[in-house]
Amino acid sequence: MPSESLWESITAAGVPPGSLHGLHRIVPLADLAHGTSLGGRLEELRERSVMLLTKDQLSAALSLIELDGVARRLVLCTPDLAPEHLPQVMRDAEADAWVGDETGTVSGADLSIRIAVRPTLTRGDVARRRSCATEWVLLTSGTTGAPKLVLHTLASLASALPAAAPAPAETLVWSTFYDIRRYGGLQVFLRGVHAGSLVLSDSTETVSDFFSRVAAAGITHISGTPSHWRRALMSGAAATIAPRYVRLSGEIADQGILDGLRNAYPQATVAHAFASTEAGVAFEVRDGRAGFPAGLIGKPGEVELRVAEETLQIRSPGTAQRYLGEGAEPLRGADGFVDTGDRVEESQGRYYFMGRRGGVINVGGLKVHPEEVEAVINAHPWVRMSLVRARRNAITGAIVTAEVVMVPGGEASSTPPPTEVLTRELTERCRQSLAPHKVPAMIRIVPALEVSPSGKLVRPVA
Amino acid sequence: MSAKTTMSVKTTMPVKATIIAQFQQVAREQDRMLAPLSDDLRLVQSGLDSLSFAIIVARLEDSLGVDPFNEAEAVEFPVTFGDFVRLYERFAK
Repeated sequence: MPSESLWESITAAGVPPGSLHGLHRIVPLADLAHGTSLGGRLEELRERSVMLLTKDQLSAALSLIELDGVARRLVLCTPDLAPEHLPQVMRDAEADAWVGDETGTVSGADLSIRIAVRPTLTRGDVARRRSCATEWVLLTSGTTGAPKLVLHTLASLASALPAAAPAPAETLVWSTFYDIRRYGGLQVFLRGVHAGSLVLSDSTETVSDFFSRVAAAGITHISGTPSHWRRALMSGAAATIAPRYVRLSGEIADQGILDGLRNAYPQATVAHAFASTEAGVAFEVRDGRAGFPAGLIGKPGEVELRVAEETLQIRSPGTAQRYLGEGAEPLRGADGFVDTGDRVEESQGRYYFMGRRGGVINVGGLKVHPEEVEAVINAHPWVRMSLVRARRNAITGAIVTAEVVMVPGGEASSTPPPTEVLTRELTERCRQSLAPHKVPAMIRIVPALEVSPSGKLVRPVA
Repeated sequence: MSAKTTMSVKTTMPVKATIIAQFQQVAREQDRMLAPLSDDLRLVQSGLDSLSFAIIVARLEDSLGVDPFNEAEAVEFPVTFGDFVRLYERFAK
């Protein structure tokens, strides 16, 4: 794998039999042998650091296949990347080219090379020549809400894939709720294009519509987060597909969702995987039970796991190389282990995930940094301090709640607002400046919050 | 019964009415168009998203004192609004 491009690897066993299924069209992979989505401008991107930002996943998938081995660096942006973070991402990635939608918002205006990618192919001879080991850059949200740039190679991303097999006996059809530009989705993208076909999700589509496309394509393997799967089970459409392999990752898979999927898909293997953008894929559990066998810790092999200070650490060929950007913190320790920040606890031969050490709240797979929400609340003139924390929730894993200490009435010249008025105003402020999943679902006015001797707000150990 | 009476004055309201009020409240807050809440309404067609349901479940836990999704015995995920109400009626004793 390291010595070949993605296209070479897809075609290693001959003409690829599968297709990429977008919302509106299906592109056979074989057509990429004599067609391009980049309007004949592929060579302009050779050795460039390319920002790839399209709304449409099919365009992105085609670009990834075409640009690996050509571009020096590919920056995989998801459509929800906030415009105010773009300059930092472009700077950190040393971007000098832009690939976007034809009709997308004009961005990267100061880059000399700007190319519109289309979810269809124009026919023509395409010399697919590999000239470099392309760096793949994935974005994850950092502590300040600004994205961190995580540097991978195709080799590290593909390390958890089954070893290159001869032509598969049958064509598999993969799909995922994830956007393929996130780590979990990218794993499915790589599996799909190597094993057969891939059905891409679309953020505008209902679960039922997505599942009818997935069923029509003859789905065999499908993945998503526990939140995605809870939504699927509640959609009433779960029975419209009959996959033989169902995978969960990205959040803690509790016994409830594992049992729910076992009931919905009795014919399928239900597996939950642990992976992170930085650490790569660590393991997959197929016994239908929450948590993972304690024997995985310290077991010799390519992927090594250990628990330090109750937190899972991983060293493997799937680990990212580093963070990009000036002054970026180290991604792994001196001995090569990545600290996942995920707390685990052992009970009767099994480890269970207990949440994030850093206190990052995970609402349905979307991260919320409590400090970011507190900053908005604390900007209200009647707020002294606040503590934002997670509340466990069966639907999204967690929701955000806030406890607020008001400025004492005696300190102000005017009359303090009634608590209902204040909580309403705070909710309104949060809605105006934060994404919906970050807005506290409950705000409680409390007399005081605990502060440590070092002057820091005491946060609940998540 | 006696243990729950101290939870909240709202428990005197019938479970279904509490649920309806909460659906309407959250739909308003989340700027979502709520479909008429008939028993056969599929939740996926209610107009609410996962986040809205998450908030509803949390608030119902506060007002009714139960979270059926967190009970020890496995629950069927409700598909219709009627399923949802029945699930709460079963646990909110």
